[in-house]
Amino acid sequence: MNFWESLYKNKLMLTGGGLVLLLLVISILAPWLAPYDPGQIDLNNVLAAPSMQHWFGTDQLGRDVLSRMIWGARISLKVGFVATGFAILIGTVLGAVSGYYGGWVDSVIMRFVDIMLCFPTFFLILAVIAFLEPSIWNIMIIIGVTGWMGVTRLVRADFISLRERDFVHAAKAIGAGDLRIIFMHILPNSMASILVAATLGIAGAILTESALSFLGIGVQPPTPSWGNILTAGKDNIDIAWWLSLYPGLAILMTVVGYNLLGEGIRDLLDPRLKK
Amino acid sequence: MLRYIIKRTLFMIPLLLGITVICFFVMHLAPGSPTDLQTEMNPKASAEMKERLRTMYELDKPIHVQYASWLTKISQGDLGTSFSTDHRPVADKIMERLPVTILINLLSLFIIIAVAIPLGVLSAVHKDSWFDKATTVFVFIGFAVPTFWLALLLMIYFGSHLNWLPISGLRSLNYEYLSATDRLMDVVKHLVLPVFVSAFGGLAGLSRYMRANMLEVIQQDYMMTARAKGLSERDVIYKHALRNALLPAITILGLSIPGLIGGSVIFETIFAIPGMGQLFYMSVMARDYPTIMGILLIGAILTLAGNLIADVSYAVADPRIRIS
Repeated sequence: MNFWESLYKNKLMLTGGGLVLLLLVISILAPWLAPYDPGQIDLNNVLAAPSMQHWFGTDQLGRDVLSRMIWGARISLKVGFVATGFAILIGTVLGAVSGYYGGWVDSVIMRFVDIMLCFPTFFLILAVIAFLEPSIWNIMIIIGVTGWMGVTRLVRADFISLRERDFVHAAKAIGAGDLRIIFMHILPNSMASILVAATLGIAGAILTESALSFLGIGVQPPTPSWGNILTAGKDNIDIAWWLSLYPGLAILMTVVGYNLLGEGIRDLLDPRLKK
Repeated sequence: MLRYIIKRTLFMIPLLLGITVICFFVMHLAPGSPTDLQTEMNPKASAEMKERLRTMYELDKPIHVQYASWLTKISQGDLGTSFSTDHRPVADKIMERLPVTILINLLSLFIIIAVAIPLGVLSAVHKDSWFDKATTVFVFIGFAVPTFWLALLLMIYFGSHLNWLPISGLRSLNYEYLSATDRLMDVVKHLVLPVFVSAFGGLAGLSRYMRANMLEVIQQDYMMTARAKGLSERDVIYKHALRNALLPAITILGLSIPGLIGGSVIFETIFAIPGMGQLFYMSVMARDYPTIMGILLIGAILTLAGNLIADVSYAVADPRIRIS
């Protein structure tokens, strides 16, 4: 069975990939897809129920919810990608150094990982974000900085199992430096597990961002994000169900999409895990 | 066994120290100061007054001095005094809120265990059946549902629409006038939604893990042995396989504790439950350093204690690792 056949066979992964692709297209085409300007206030049409004019209704300032959600997709993707990028970067470097050198370097890094894993992560994120200005960049950095530990363990395990292999000794014998061996020879072998971790990490980062925005310390209004539309949903819980329902569905679909894609990639790249 | 527990407990001390160092420095190096929040809204606050506040809170000293003095107090069991307007001891503020949070987390942990284990085991035993497929779909949704959104939907449906359940707080306004049984019912009703919401995410994780474990155990040679000696399929699955599959689940439960505690910020804020999570949210908003540090410390201790209990139960349950 070749790659494309097994890709086709993996229905779940296709679904996930489809959802992710759809989301990408929506965020790229946001300016053309959104029926209204996401910031356009219409005080004569506040909290209007879904209708032909406003498919998903309007919010407490009369802004079109669908348009805000389409622009919100951009924010979610941006946070997801950048935050995960930070986490992967930190995690890979620390994991590679730890696994390759071993010894006290390894001990120090792994104890640090243990400490970081003892925090209820969401507490830590909250604590830091409240002291920084709650801007989108700070959120991306802090989600990344509190989310690298899993990647470190993964990469470290790969490095430990690979560092005594013949190809590493061969590279050393012809005089390759440590950096070259780490990044050019060993790291490419970890790419599969890093890719899977990254895909699943994006899902987690999007969830965290929406929770932070919901609590009012994430993406700040007027910038639309799925989480801060839901805040308005909570404030108008008795009268405007549409403010609560649709943005949450968007988050759910997105996260399901990335999770399915991640698991699919894992099955595809690691035949051992296939049932 | 006792030696193992003592060793593990002693090992927690350097970890805890590391945790406090990280919290303390991250918080103090971040821009913004608690005095800003107290003074920037007040036009009469002069620069001199800000300085006085800073001196009072010892914020003018170098950070390592502040840390040392904080640590000295902690070792005497003093978590300091809150920066908020009530100026109460942090320990009191936390202790009056901790029981609610622990109660809700224990209840949801109980539900997670009671539901997720049968779910995972059954879907592994009946692999590829409709039940297994339905569970898989449920698991994927469970992983992806934002808990606060689930809470919102349940509040809208059961609270506003059907009017069955209260959606905020722990007690009704007329609590004082109720009989003992009605009081209990009142609290139970208030707890239904928060406990369900906090259990939901954990359900998915544990049941998926149980399924994977069970599938792996079923393939082992000793399962063949059990069948070969003529045990009924029932005994094979529920006595031999289940016991072995349950072992690693203990560790997973231990690891899920930080997530549960972290999640309490979200559902306590949404449901207006006066627990530790809500206190944390309020302290963060008010930049109340001592309370934030206190809660982070308690959260870390709870996490470490959870891991320790998990490891000890693992050692009790699995004779193979008892010696180490």
